Amino acid sequence: MEIESELAQYRLYLLRYARLQLRNDAWAEDAVSETMLAALAKPQSFGNRSQLKTWLVGILKHKLIDTLRLRRREVSLQDDDPGGDELDNLAFAADGHFATRPAEWGDPEQALASVQFFQVLEACAERLPPAMARVFMMREWLELGSEQICKELSLTPTNLYVQLHRARLRLRECLELNWFGNRTAT
Amino acid sequence: MILRRTCKEAAALMVAREDRALPAADRVALWFHLAACQACPVFERQLLTMRQALGRWRQYSDSD
Repeated sequence: MEIESELAQYRLYLLRYARLQLRNDAWAEDAVSETMLAALAKPQSFGNRSQLKTWLVGILKHKLIDTLRLRRREVSLQDDDPGGDELDNLAFAADGHFATRPAEWGDPEQALASVQFFQVLEACAERLPPAMARVFMMREWLELGSEQICKELSLTPTNLYVQLHRARLRLRECLELNWFGNRTAT
Repeated sequence: MILRRTCKEAAALMVAREDRALPAADRVALWFHLAACQACPVFERQLLTMRQALGRWRQYSDSD
């Protein structure tokens, strides 16, 4: 069977997401290796080639949640920059109104049709501080509910929402600087 | 006025809305603010674009 070569083909792909989620290369390697082992142990559990990737991503997501649970203590929020409120990076006047109007980003479909756009999106996610990134990826990529994220990471809801708020605003700014800002002229 | 929000407050509510349901009073206030403000609907569209992009990103990592 050529399952080895197919797995090898997806390894880097899985590793990219594992790293984004865990922000720790050794843990990411482990999670991906365990995903591979699960596939090798049950080659019959995915039907055809196109299902293999979906199946691998599904297994990887479970492994990532396991890792986060296991590393809960190391993964908690203490290592992040205290910083201020990212909202202040938007141009607000003293009275709390927009000093300058936010930029029009144009037709979303144009960005969504572009492979480069998603590379920029991933680069922006990578640029988030590790603890903030983990929380954000748990919400957006693992699609966990707020309650579960709080439980897995021992966070208070307030803490969680502050992290997500900051992550979304940082991502917004990064996308504007690195993608949409350059497009507005066209 | 109870219903009045600044753009900054409205922006914070719009970001929060991505992750949790807002109290009804905030939803009403946001509705009025968005109806009267020129700038905030632009910000709202940015967040909507992000929401679509993140949704597509998930799919693209699952299938593709």
